[in-house]
Amino acid sequence: MKGFRLVHALALIGGLLFLYVPIGILILYSFNASRLVTVWGGFSTQWYASLLQNQALKDAALLSLGLAIASASIATVLGTLAALALERARPGRAKLLFGGLIAAPMVMPEVITGLSLLLLFVALNVERGFVTVMLAHATLTLCFVTMIVQARLATLDRSLEEAAQDLGASPWRVTMTITLPLALPAIIAGWLLAFTLSLDDLVIASFATGPGATTLPMRIYSAVRLGVSPEINAISTLLIAGVAALVVTASLILKREKLIAG
Amino acid sequence: MKGDRRARLAALAPLLWLAIFFVLPFLMVLRISLSDAARAVPPYAPHWEGFGQIGAFFAGLDFEAFGTLWGDGLYLDAFLTATRIAGTATLIALLIGFPLAYAITRAPKRWQNLLVLLIILPFWTSFLIRVYAWMAILRPEGVLDRVLMGIGLTSEPLRLLNTETAVLIGMVYSYLPFMVLPIYAVLEKMDRSLIEAAADLGARPLTRFLTITVPLARPGIFAGCFLVFVPGIGEFVIPDLLGGSETLMIGRVLWTEFFSNRDWPLASAVAVSLLAFIILPMMIMRGVLGRREAAR
Repeated sequence: MKGFRLVHALALIGGLLFLYVPIGILILYSFNASRLVTVWGGFSTQWYASLLQNQALKDAALLSLGLAIASASIATVLGTLAALALERARPGRAKLLFGGLIAAPMVMPEVITGLSLLLLFVALNVERGFVTVMLAHATLTLCFVTMIVQARLATLDRSLEEAAQDLGASPWRVTMTITLPLALPAIIAGWLLAFTLSLDDLVIASFATGPGATTLPMRIYSAVRLGVSPEINAISTLLIAGVAALVVTASLILKREKLIAG
Repeated sequence: MKGDRRARLAALAPLLWLAIFFVLPFLMVLRISLSDAARAVPPYAPHWEGFGQIGAFFAGLDFEAFGTLWGDGLYLDAFLTATRIAGTATLIALLIGFPLAYAITRAPKRWQNLLVLLIILPFWTSFLIRVYAWMAILRPEGVLDRVLMGIGLTSEPLRLLNTETAVLIGMVYSYLPFMVLPIYAVLEKMDRSLIEAAADLGARPLTRFLTITVPLARPGIFAGCFLVFVPGIGEFVIPDLLGGSETLMIGRVLWTEFFSNRDWPLASAVAVSLLAFIILPMMIMRGVLGRREAAR
């Protein structure tokens, strides 16, 4: 009954293989010289080269990057405010309700969020495009920022804030010079995660966007519907590598706090 | 006291934001779901008539879309299929996720953070791409067929792509991290001495597991099932890419009604019904968590 046994190791290896083998196969075949996705024709980077020729894909990638930066920044400001509020509020019905409202977009099926945002934009007669997708993504991702920042605030040493207060600092000043700098790693990590979520989103963007703004996942989706192709494998590999780098960075920032693990 | 006032101040901006971009849109959906198809169909016409016409608005309410929803067996079928598939996927995810979460807690302390990161990482990498990866594996003559035929387990292609099985695989795969994390979070905090005490008193491993570990892990199991089932039931990408035309799930029906048939009231009615269907377990969940928080 003590420690790590063979069964545990097998469960771990099995689970991780299940999670990573499909991604591994996808990456492997992005370097396949053959156009047939399941026949290995030797190593080649030709599909990456052909990506560079694809102007529509490059435009979509640029648009998605801009969207991710803008929406993650909004989500980080709002999400951090919400985390401060949740951390300081007294327990009670209002806090519970507010927490529920913050968490709701996280579990809501994307089709519902997307449809309802679109109907709002139409009702308000807003022209749909970059701005509407940005607003939609900020709404979707702010709860993730709140979750991460709140976890950090919960572990902060309160005596520092109290000391500053005793020395006469105003509440505003305490927040700006003590609380926020201490929470900075979590805020940065939250921004990175909001960025990756925005970069990945297909469903909500499809609803919220207009004719002029096609995001990268939307381009990939319309290509995927036509079937498996090595170019999609190549662009997917690039996206996976980029996102993985960001997530690893975020978790390294949070490493000591162990926050993502909850 | 002061802290609470400042909390309210900080809550103001996110609260306003969510009111405008999360709550208000649902009211729009509700409103469109109750309006006439003909009036709402020109997709880009503005629908806002101002507050002065609230009376006229209520007079104009129309339950036709909901009537269609109930009358046509297709929609009810799609609801049931979605519930069945999401439920099965939740169960399978639990059966895979629990041992996985348990194994992580038994791993040496210094590995645990890395293992948790490895479980989370796929969650952050594009959903669409992870589903796409399974298309290449499951399609006829795809990777799985080649491997199975190569080692002689099967003699002909399995034709898994465009079946319900493929949707299930895609769902379990995509949502597994949601199941593992909450279960891991409770198991990690579990007091080991309880199990040791039971062992000293002569309880067998299986008894110990069923009478101590599982009950203590219950909040995590609930949270995990909730996090898999709720997004799963409205899932669009997975049934669309892996499910073929006969796997009609409600999220996909909503998408089709909206983008292909351009029937906005019907799509909205689907959204409202789906939401009502989801809110019930969500309220129960919050009630349970709320009581727990209050007890703390």
